[in-house]
Amino acid sequence: MSVLIILIIVSVLVAGGFLIAFLWSVNSGQMEDDYTPSVRMLFDDELTEKSTSKSKIQS
Amino acid sequence: MQQHCYHCGTDCEESKRIEDKFFCCDGCKMVFQLLDENGMCQYYDLSAMPGMSAKGVFASDKYNYLDSVAIQDQLIQFKLDNQAHVVFYLPQIHCVSCVWLLENLHKINPGVLHSQTHFEKKEIKIVFNLTVISLKELVQLLAFIGYEPMIHLGGNDWLKKKKVNKLQLYKIGVAGFCFSNIMMLSFPEYLSTSVGDIGNMRPFFVYLNLLLSIPVLLFSAKGFFISAYTGLRQRWLNIDAPIALAILVTFSRSVYEILSHTGAGYLDSMSGIVFFMLVGRWFQDKSYDSFSFERDYTSFFPLGVTVLVEGKEMNKPLSEIIKDEQLLIRTDEMVAADAILLTEGALIDYSFVTGENAPIEVPKGEIVFAGGIQKGRAIQVQVVKPVGQSYITELWNSPLLNADKNVDKSFVHPWSQYFTYVLFGIAICTGMYWWWVNPANILPAVTSVLIVACPCSLLLTVTFTYGNVLRHLGKFKMYCKNSSVLEAMEKIDTIVFDKTGTLTNHEDAQLVYEGIEFTREEASIIFNVTRESLHPLSQLITKHFVSQDLDQLQIEQIQNFIGKGTLAIYNHKILLIGSGTFLQDQGVVIDSEIQSGVYIAIDKELKGIFKMNHVYRKGIAKMIQHLKLNGFQVHLLSGDHPTEKNNLTEILGADIPMQFEQNPSDKLNYIQALQSKGHKVMMVGDGLNDAGALKKSDIGIAVTDQTHLFTPASDAILEGAMVQNLDQLIHYAKKGKAIIIIIFILSILYNLVGMFFATRAQLSPMFAAILMPISSISIVSLSALFSYSFARSLRAKN
Repeated sequence: MSVLIILIIVSVLVAGGFLIAFLWSVNSGQMEDDYTPSVRMLFDDELTEKSTSKSKIQS
Repeated sequence: MQQHCYHCGTDCEESKRIEDKFFCCDGCKMVFQLLDENGMCQYYDLSAMPGMSAKGVFASDKYNYLDSVAIQDQLIQFKLDNQAHVVFYLPQIHCVSCVWLLENLHKINPGVLHSQTHFEKKEIKIVFNLTVISLKELVQLLAFIGYEPMIHLGGNDWLKKKKVNKLQLYKIGVAGFCFSNIMMLSFPEYLSTSVGDIGNMRPFFVYLNLLLSIPVLLFSAKGFFISAYTGLRQRWLNIDAPIALAILVTFSRSVYEILSHTGAGYLDSMSGIVFFMLVGRWFQDKSYDSFSFERDYTSFFPLGVTVLVEGKEMNKPLSEIIKDEQLLIRTDEMVAADAILLTEGALIDYSFVTGENAPIEVPKGEIVFAGGIQKGRAIQVQVVKPVGQSYITELWNSPLLNADKNVDKSFVHPWSQYFTYVLFGIAICTGMYWWWVNPANILPAVTSVLIVACPCSLLLTVTFTYGNVLRHLGKFKMYCKNSSVLEAMEKIDTIVFDKTGTLTNHEDAQLVYEGIEFTREEASIIFNVTRESLHPLSQLITKHFVSQDLDQLQIEQIQNFIGKGTLAIYNHKILLIGSGTFLQDQGVVIDSEIQSGVYIAIDKELKGIFKMNHVYRKGIAKMIQHLKLNGFQVHLLSGDHPTEKNNLTEILGADIPMQFEQNPSDKLNYIQALQSKGHKVMMVGDGLNDAGALKKSDIGIAVTDQTHLFTPASDAILEGAMVQNLDQLIHYAKKGKAIIIIIFILSILYNLVGMFFATRAQLSPMFAAILMPISSISIVSLSALFSYSFARSLRAKN
């Protein structure tokens, strides 16, 4: 039964980790704009450009 | 066959084409070419015809004021080495393509290092290299691709960032975390009798709970305590007082029970109260990022003006303009200060300032007032009064305007007083009863009463219902500043309308011709002459004739009399087109009184007059009828001349008081007079001329059609197309109170059940812990359900 204590402490710590992540995201301004990132996700040109320029450098 | 412009979607009259794509004008075509050259045609793939219509002439002198360092300092948010950060408001942002194009600005000009848009606020944050591209060039680039930034005198909104929002979210996060963990850790306590005794593990659970509840008490609940305390200091029990009391009592009793090993306490209820209350508050504060409810004249005036110093053009910030300076005002630019005309050719559109519909021709030597927009060619003026003292801005110094708005305390607050007294009454009675029967039960019973009878249900009902109603109204394009607007709606008994821009639509001016019919040749001559004119009526005439597919002629002789009219000769026919006085000066006989409009005469004989007819918005008459049927008193205040009186009587009815030629102060005083008779007034208006009345009235609604992006300070913003539904929107807003009362009665049942057990000192922690979430969830659901179903009946009527 005493293992329950350890388990509970661990679970509270994990939950605490999520809380810290939430607080950090609010602090860094992620919650200020909740619409534009959904739209920005649709653009796909940034990645392909960078990858083609990377491959150019390598070759 | 009508083609649509590939860039902006408007119909193309003359086809300019590149391969298979049509464009309506050179502007659209140039933007397309720019994007094509830089490989950015994905702009057109993401949305259909996403571009902004370029609207003809692009004045490159327009942004010269951005060369001034003083102005640059006002706009540039942050500077480091060569990098500058700037934030612009781009009202044209409306689709995915806009976001894509604006965030790929660096592909068009490498001087732009990084750009990020905020779709809802319609803002763009740009980081650019000052040595590669200047602020002026940046703005020119944005304007060129169709996203001209709105730069205004007082427009530094980015300075007022909402820091409060973050704190609220922190509190909710912490409260939610603690609440859910405490709930979980309380399960052994609830179930200990059925599953098995937890015995020696109990201290671990209860102390962990205690530990988790401390941040809730000290951090998340801080706001309630402070608010209750402030209220108490003013000898007044606001709604936060019983909540603060409940939290405090619950916590104290729990601490006592835990430390004395007599029980597990009610920490889950306590943290639950805090969490639900905070969420309710957050939900109620729906804010509209792309609107501003606080605008005054500084958001309407430009940031910089062109000053003439010894004949040379210079740019200066508007705030530095003093008396006697000479300004140059170009077409479509605003007169920035009360000034005397030094040149001819002033055709001033005062529609936003005074409500007069037709542009006024002002002769040299007379005063033009700040806020008017020059429609003719460039003029020079000499400043008589600096901006802050001009006729229109004096309004903001009026003492009537600066008196605090009549903010009635929320209707919830008297209820909260009753609640608290009843609560104390019950607690005292319970205490006395147990003191007589079994003194050991006094403390448990009294504290249970105080724990369970939390006005949470009332508050949750109010906050969630108002939040829902606000959101539904927003879907119908009525954007309210906050929920107190909904509360004020209850008491309104009088509604005052402005005419120009509110009941009429600025954009849809109807051209009406009175006179003798034209022959095809005559019509062609007129068409070819008006095409070159800048007069807004001439542009309407051009549009009118375009549909007739007339011939393109080479007019032999055209003589322009700036600000008055034009004389043209074709095929020995002399065409005179212009103002009534102009025609009379040229020898044409006009019998009747001279009206404002464009007169046409051929070979010195008067043919007729083109007039601009006011187009009233659809459905206005019915809406006003409904308002009268619902018991509202309707008034009309207009800044325009009484020419429309007959039309208005037809539409609105003869029993409505109408006042014309009202200047902004008149409107303000009218509202004041109504209020002093005890009426609660709602004002519906749109321009600067309504700003005073909007602020003074109990609810001010500003009407906007996307083209006029300035809305004066108001309590709600209503889109022009929805003005015809105003009666239904008001009806729905008032339903909010009905919904609250229904749900509140239901929630009292929960309280009664809880009270039943509390007064008997039989309130177990598990019961309290279950009761509260159940009541909260059912309240939230019912509130959403009712608001939605009432909103649906609104939809059905449309």
